[in-house]
Amino acid sequence: MCLAVPALIKKIEGKDADVEIGGITRRISLRLTPEAKTGDYVLLHTGFAINIIDKQEAEETLKLFAEMAEQVTE
Amino acid sequence: MKYTTEFRNNEVAQALLSHIRERSRKKARFMEFCGGHTVAIFRYGIRQLLPKNIEMISGPGCPVCVTATVDIDKAIALAQEKGVIITTFGDMLKVPGSKSSLQKARAAGADVRMVYSTLDALQIAKENPEKSVVFLGIGFETTAPTVAASILEAQETGVKNYYVLSQNKLSPPAIKAILQSGEVKLDGLICPGHVSAITGAQAWDFIAHDYRIPCVVAGFEPLDVLQCIDMLVEQVENKQARVEIAYRRGVAPEGNKIALDLMSQVYEPAPAQWRGFGVIPGSGLKIKKEYRQFDAEEKFEIKAAPVDDPKGCLCGEVLRGVNTPLDCKLFGKVCNPESPVGPCMVSSEGTCSAYFLYGGNAID
Ligand code: SF4
Repeated sequence: MCLAVPALIKKIEGKDADVEIGGITRRISLRLTPEAKTGDYVLLHTGFAINIIDKQEAEETLKLFAEMAEQVTE
Repeated sequence: MKYTTEFRNNEVAQALLSHIRERSRKKARFMEFCGGHTVAIFRYGIRQLLPKNIEMISGPGCPVCVTATVDIDKAIALAQEKGVIITTFGDMLKVPGSKSSLQKARAAGADVRMVYSTLDALQIAKENPEKSVVFLGIGFETTAPTVAASILEAQETGVKNYYVLSQNKLSPPAIKAILQSGEVKLDGLICPGHVSAITGAQAWDFIAHDYRIPCVVAGFEPLDVLQCIDMLVEQVENKQARVEIAYRRGVAPEGNKIALDLMSQVYEPAPAQWRGFGVIPGSGLKIKKEYRQFDAEEKFEIKAAPVDDPKGCLCGEVLRGVNTPLDCKLFGKVCNPESPVGPCMVSSEGTCSAYFLYGGNAID
């Protein structure tokens, strides 16, 4: 029930935004993340963005993963 | 999909697994609190990929599963009131109460509607001014702020026929109840990712401090879960007990302050009844006096007496991590997703449903 999926903010209108999830556009609420901007990815849960995805942290995690995979294949 | 597919990479999964196998020596039992993690672990067959010394058990982290029968009965009783529309998330429809379910009540003529968001429920209230629209507030910290937001929105927009039956629950007190009971010994906790997105990782500090159990907050893709287990193993082998985050893109140590503020503006902690646990102090969310005009408990006189859980159903034990569904005599025979006996078989994130759907994958 605590499912939340990454969604890309396309357009903001007041407290709401249009986001894209897997090719589908839907209207969501930004009441819990008022600082979100167009182009941000947010975690979407039951029609609300509950957090903004931290791009830098995501990249760092993926970099760490890539290094681990490389070490194994070496 | 961005932030999804990258976290399903097979090569990285193999690398994480071999790191876990290399490092893990001690016997360790890890519990995943969240039903979302249970599903991810079973779907990707993670249990079988782990070394034999690591045991995984499922916890109480499905809001549908922990809803007490008496609370379902309350919702059904409300659905039968004249002029009431019940709005709820889909998962609740099939959950059996003591005699009926919301789905059966609907088939018998009650107006029960599935919504995707609390704001959809509020919209239904706006469109039906002559009716009383009740939203069945279930869910943990992930969902509670969205319910609070709908109450504030109702107030701001002057909606007078919107009510919430608050059955929302807080997660840390449930984990505390498990640890205090001593029924299961844990060596590590996979902390819920989206609850933590709201509460912050700090919500789990007490587990590391008071109980000396390693805690790692995890996301829901396979690499997130494997990274989390890897970090737990590291702590176990080094005899550490800290709170760490394996889901940094989604969870900040301090959580979402705006959401937390909304919650404390609208709610105050109260005792709540959990299936399998009984009453856990401070684990429920009661609507504050200032917002009581939106509180279904204030508006309606709801009659429902506490009842025993269905005979033979081990949901309570499964939720506390004491038994697995395989210990339940009804599992798969009398009880299956088509005709569930307990909520753990209804909810898509229930442990019994995961064991049923993923069969061999779930069984070690
Ligand atoms: S299998 Fe069914 S009856 Fe048994 S514990 Fe699970 S939900 Fe209850």
